Amino acid sequence: MLALGAVPRIRRGVKRGYDQIRSAHVVLFPEGVLVLNETAASVVALCDGVRSVGDIALALGDEYAGVEPADVAELVARLVDRRVVDVDG
Amino acid sequence: MAEAPFGLLAELTHRCPLQCGYCSNPVELVRRDAELPTEDWLRVFDQARSLGVLQVHLSGGEPLLRPDLPELVAHANSLGCYVNLVTSGVGLSRDRLHDLAGRGVDHVQLSLQDATKAGNDRIAGIKAFDRKVEAAALIRAEGLPLTVNTVLHRQNLDNVAGIIALAERLGAERLELANTQYYGWALRNRAALLPTRDQLAAAGPVVAAAQERLRGVMEIVYVIADYHEAHPKPCMYGWGARQLTVAPDGSVLPCPAATVIPTLPVENVRDSSLHDIWHDSPSFTAFRGFDWMRDPCRSCPRKEVDFGGCRCQAFQLTGDAAATDPVCSLSPHRSTVDLILATEVAPAVEPAVAMRRMS
Repeated sequence: MLALGAVPRIRRGVKRGYDQIRSAHVVLFPEGVLVLNETAASVVALCDGVRSVGDIALALGDEYAGVEPADVAELVARLVDRRVVDVDG
Repeated sequence: MAEAPFGLLAELTHRCPLQCGYCSNPVELVRRDAELPTEDWLRVFDQARSLGVLQVHLSGGEPLLRPDLPELVAHANSLGCYVNLVTSGVGLSRDRLHDLAGRGVDHVQLSLQDATKAGNDRIAGIKAFDRKVEAAALIRAEGLPLTVNTVLHRQNLDNVAGIIALAERLGAERLELANTQYYGWALRNRAALLPTRDQLAAAGPVVAAAQERLRGVMEIVYVIADYHEAHPKPCMYGWGARQLTVAPDGSVLPCPAATVIPTLPVENVRDSSLHDIWHDSPSFTAFRGFDWMRDPCRSCPRKEVDFGGCRCQAFQLTGDAAATDPVCSLSPHRSTVDLILATEVAPAVEPAVAMRRMS
């Protein structure tokens, strides 16, 4: 389980974009492509190397109802596994 | 309708300064005068993006031999694609790399043939090692992510620890250690390349330990030696499923090796759109999905995992592209693979490698 104080950052060489063909946000990286749902896209957009997982959960709470920090932590952990983001702290 | 592809492998040229005897290009290499002109490649990239492609792998041969590479990079980048340059490193100067990075190269894959200069240059057929080391330093200095690619075979598999150490020293973020897959040049040279079971057994733990030790520092991707396995690889994650290849002459292929199937009616970007070729052509629909399968694949739960393996390998080893990949232990042709292993892995006389050349 990723700590809520952990600070995620998009890895170097990873590119974010919007795919008009699939009508979805995507992240592009050497190994492949991730097609993101709306929540995941919001989380990825906030992985700026400044905000912690807890901060991201708070920010998303303004936008969506029922955002659980644990869910954000789990999503970020999956992005770390896919080598889309790095985590400091 | 089939799902949209994510990747385009753009083989810009088959020309290459290296002569590796396992080259993934076909034995019949496309000559320079048959290569697509710049405007055709620009159109191909437009059509690929419209079709759904988000990753453009600029490969070859050696893509640096195309004078229009900067223009092609810029165009793929302007479409929003991830631009991956796949290179031998030969011909990559500081200025050239800086220009390409500025135009939108996102990532560089650099080939490395072995752990040492002597081994590397013997396998590559030219003195390339020092230029590769220099290229890696330039890529790092430019701030681009670097993947080192090494093809493994009998002549370098014992050096896998050294290859990993060198990739670390070169500052790679990823290392692809891919056991040779036997098509084209590699098939021709199979008796000189097939590793022994002992070599694979020794390399496995070395790679696994390095994967563990380097977690978060350098990702190591290990591609198995399928002849030695009981199940086939999930080749291309299915035929016409995720990626397409455009060869230097504009041939559109479901995989880079697909020209080995002579009955495959290969289409060309000079005559048809990528959209029509991907969705409707006989070549892309031939083995898409599961309907083409016969038993043992058809009733096998593993078909969702390995998609019946590789069509090219099935054709090469059984003469039937719709057969189960003969490396599968359930294939009635598995004995063919076992016989190859028995006769070619430890030949009485070590065969010479036929170096890759234009005929």
